[in-house]
Amino acid sequence: MSKSPSTDPARRWHDMGGDPAGEIPMDGHDFALWEKRVDALMILGSLKGHFTVDGLRRALEDMGEDAFETMTYYERWVAAVNQNLIEAGVYSLEELATKMAEIKSRGETYGAAQDV
Amino acid sequence: MGPRRMFEPGTSVSVKKLQPPGHVRTPTYLRGKTGIIERAIRPFKNPEQLAYGLPAGEKYLYRVRFDMAEIWGSAEVPGDTVDAEIYEHWLEEMS
Amino acid sequence: MPHDHAEHLSPSGHPYRQDNDGPLTYWQTMEIAIRELMIEKGEVSAAEVTAQIEAMDARSPANGAAVVARAWTDPDFKARLLDDASAASREMGFDIGPMNLLAVENTSDVHNLIVCTLCSCYPRNLLGLPPDWYKTREYRSRAVREPRAVLREFGVQLPETKTVRVHDSTADMRYIVLPARPSGTENLDTHALAALVTRDSMIGTGLPKDPA
Repeated sequence: MSKSPSTDPARRWHDMGGDPAGEIPMDGHDFALWEKRVDALMILGSLKGHFTVDGLRRALEDMGEDAFETMTYYERWVAAVNQNLIEAGVYSLEELATKMAEIKSRGETYGAAQDV
Repeated sequence: MGPRRMFEPGTSVSVKKLQPPGHVRTPTYLRGKTGIIERAIRPFKNPEQLAYGLPAGEKYLYRVRFDMAEIWGSAEVPGDTVDAEIYEHWLEEMS
Repeated sequence: MPHDHAEHLSPSGHPYRQDNDGPLTYWQTMEIAIRELMIEKGEVSAAEVTAQIEAMDARSPANGAAVVARAWTDPDFKARLLDDASAASREMGFDIGPMNLLAVENTSDVHNLIVCTLCSCYPRNLLGLPPDWYKTREYRSRAVREPRAVLREFGVQLPETKTVRVHDSTADMRYIVLPARPSGTENLDTHALAALVTRDSMIGTGLPKDPA
């Protein structure tokens, strides 16, 4: 995948309608449990009034083009959900950092790191 | 009370050629282009405010139909179109 | 060590990616942290997260196919669908949440194609999660400029007598294409008709299947 050919600094990277691009990749994948959980947290966070889809899109856009090219869809979405929850004050960065360190110490895999 | 409807279907409108740095829902490829109001949808809260968690007033949302040749200078087949939703504050009536 | 879905296959018969057994990633760690913090703070319950996943998993192109087949056989319903596709979908019992859905009709003169150039808006609350290609730079960039070339990549060759209308989901509406009913289906019931309606035919990148 190549980056947008636009050199206009006022044109944002995500705004790609009409750009030249190659053949459409038709390969797909089924969503993993952790991705479905990100999706669910996104819906629930919105239902609880902590952000709207507009806030998520804003965070995704502000991550920049490198994130679009190097991170998977739900990696970007989990980052956007987190950004919006931090901004909404649902939890603090300190709480997040402590929790993430604790989770990492539980095990080497996603399955092993669940709090069971 | 929400915003009133400014444009009726069939009205010729152009999209403002603005380039703000933040979250907007008007794609660059349509800015500065002229189209026809396909339908007036209804007012929605302004996403340019919602995106930052700010109080958001309502803006009327329209569907505007653009000819491919107007957007790109040519079309694969004449008469093909793009319809897009554009908020009222991005539209100007063509005289 | 929990492997709570490792033995399951997806609805399409493929195994899930082996996330449970691969090395824990930074972003997976963040997902677990967000979920646990929200549960600890009483924002959500674990049951709500599970229920939300199940609700999303229950949505699939079959829901849209049922709506399309009904519209093919019931002119009054078709009129209601074209007037307010959200209300028509709910009338059929589908929980589409707050989605504002608009149906666009393929006819002998018009072919419709759906895209979201700014992100990847999709009628997910009716059809389920979008296919990966719908979210790619290639599809998002090209669909509004060379839709006929895009359609050829999907195996759809349209005559020049047919107008292509691309719909860019730029704001609050989501779109579903009401494909044209294939010929030779006059004797089929709605169940058999729905089996002809593919996901891509409701995005506009495909056509309904021909009856066997």
